Amino acid sequence: MPLSDSDLLAIWLSLRLAGTVTLVLLLVGTPIAWWLARTRGWWKGPIGAVVALPLVLPPSVLGFYLLVAMGPSGPIGRLTQSLGLGLLPFTFWGLVVASVIYSLPFMVQPLQTAFEAIGDRPLEVAATLRASPLDAFFTVAVPLALPGFLTASILTFTHTVGEFGVVLMIGGNLAGITRVASVLIYDHVEALEYTEAHRLAALMLIFSFLVLLAVYAWRPNPKKGS
Amino acid sequence: MENIHACFRLEWPGFCLDLDLTLPLTGVTALFGPSGSGKTTLLRCIAGLERAPHGRLTVAGEIWQDTRHWVPTYQRPLGYVFQEASLFSHLTVDGNLNYGIRRISTTARVSMEHAIELLGISQLLDRKPDRLSGGERQRVAIARALAVNPRLLLMDEPLAALDLKRKQEILPYLERLHDELKIPVLYVSHSPDEVARLADHLVVMETGRVLADGPLVQTLARLDLPIHLGEDIGTIIETTVGAVDDEWHLMRVDFPGGNLWARDSGVPVGHRVRVRVLARDVSLADRLGHSSIQNVLNGIVDGIGDDQHPGLALVRVKVGEAMLVARLTKRAAASLELQVGKQVWVQVKSVALLE
Repeated sequence: MPLSDSDLLAIWLSLRLAGTVTLVLLLVGTPIAWWLARTRGWWKGPIGAVVALPLVLPPSVLGFYLLVAMGPSGPIGRLTQSLGLGLLPFTFWGLVVASVIYSLPFMVQPLQTAFEAIGDRPLEVAATLRASPLDAFFTVAVPLALPGFLTASILTFTHTVGEFGVVLMIGGNLAGITRVASVLIYDHVEALEYTEAHRLAALMLIFSFLVLLAVYAWRPNPKKGS
Repeated sequence: MENIHACFRLEWPGFCLDLDLTLPLTGVTALFGPSGSGKTTLLRCIAGLERAPHGRLTVAGEIWQDTRHWVPTYQRPLGYVFQEASLFSHLTVDGNLNYGIRRISTTARVSMEHAIELLGISQLLDRKPDRLSGGERQRVAIARALAVNPRLLLMDEPLAALDLKRKQEILPYLERLHDELKIPVLYVSHSPDEVARLADHLVVMETGRVLADGPLVQTLARLDLPIHLGEDIGTIIETTVGAVDDEWHLMRVDFPGGNLWARDSGVPVGHRVRVRVLARDVSLADRLGHSSIQNVLNGIVDGIGDDQHPGLALVRVKVGEAMLVARLTKRAAASLELQVGKQVWVQVKSVALLE
């Protein structure tokens, strides 16, 4: 049985959201992970905890606070209004902002682990070979952490595709704008359309499994380094 | 001002580096001492990998660090060889060598071919570091440091992580480096053997301080440092091969004011050879008799000092231009009535060629 147009629309929206969030988080999460991996200051603990918060908070709690913050009298809402962007809730970009925060630990933690595993030595070597810190970051740290970047991106993408609670709180259920696949399944079940729900749910199950399979298969065997 | 002037003070829990040192910018200077003596920390301070808060560092008149200046590592014209090869695992050998070269001015890009040839790694260029042996990796690391055409080469125990066989594989390359390149080297080591073979200048360190520094031959002949050298105390003589005795498989090495016979190692006549004589292989006599010892030289007692054990003394004897140190019991020293200025016969039981 082929997928309906609304199914396809929802799946496309899910993929577009996850792709955008992954790109944004690569830019935002990488410096945070780098800083967390390299700093020895006392700020490391608190910042690390804040980054990890979305892992344990109920999505409804996070969604609620974000909704308030993005609302007309919240700090983010005032900022977006003064910039002439209007209000973010119930828009695609509102979902992007919320998902970036919700998926932050899935990008930062694998990257932090990868950066920590590199250690100081390769960067010291790069410095003795005339590479500035920024140069060494792009030519030594990033290539050496490449498996970490792959894992982090895939986990972020998949996690965003699977997001439900925060989407519902921030985005509601607007076809083509905020109705992503996970929300549509909820709709189908509410309407007792179990066949449609099954189809979409199975699709997401297979997708998630394949992605995780790729992550675990990709992970290089622990070999003796140089 | 062709020297390095370093003044560092660094306090860490359980460790303190405190030194003010002037080193020559020629030949190989060995930083020698037990582990924890601060040799590596000193090297890292010179490289700018460690920052001593109120340190001062001048290299060939150029300020690298003082209260107002700080030249970051990547702007210091140095090469650094770490204890572990630390090659970039995501690059091939060629990529590792080129990493630094791409970052220096084109006029300075002359040394790569020479470095590859000097370290004998031309067949390895396409390999990834995990396909190299430990010795090969360290050779590539040395070539990589040389390829950036450094004005100063810093080596932090480059052989310490290798087994004896790999050490023997690399030492000849280091000796070629010493003989063929004009680059000054600071070489950290806790091996008296490596120091004796490679160094021209010696800095002895302990618990973050400098105990002695000076030209290798003179510093090794000092009698106040035996504790740090232990069983390996001995002196170095720079010699020239003077003759080869084919019948007995021996060769004669000459130095100003004397000569020694050693096992023929195949070094041709006329070549320079560094010879090491350990204090435990030297004995003294006041008259000549028949003995199995073939190397007997006439010398003058130059100094007498205490050894680690209260029953032992170290006696320094000048033979021509060379210095030899003998380890004997204090009773023997007394019965020979040794004193500074007295003429003695020096019997050398064993001579080690360092080449």
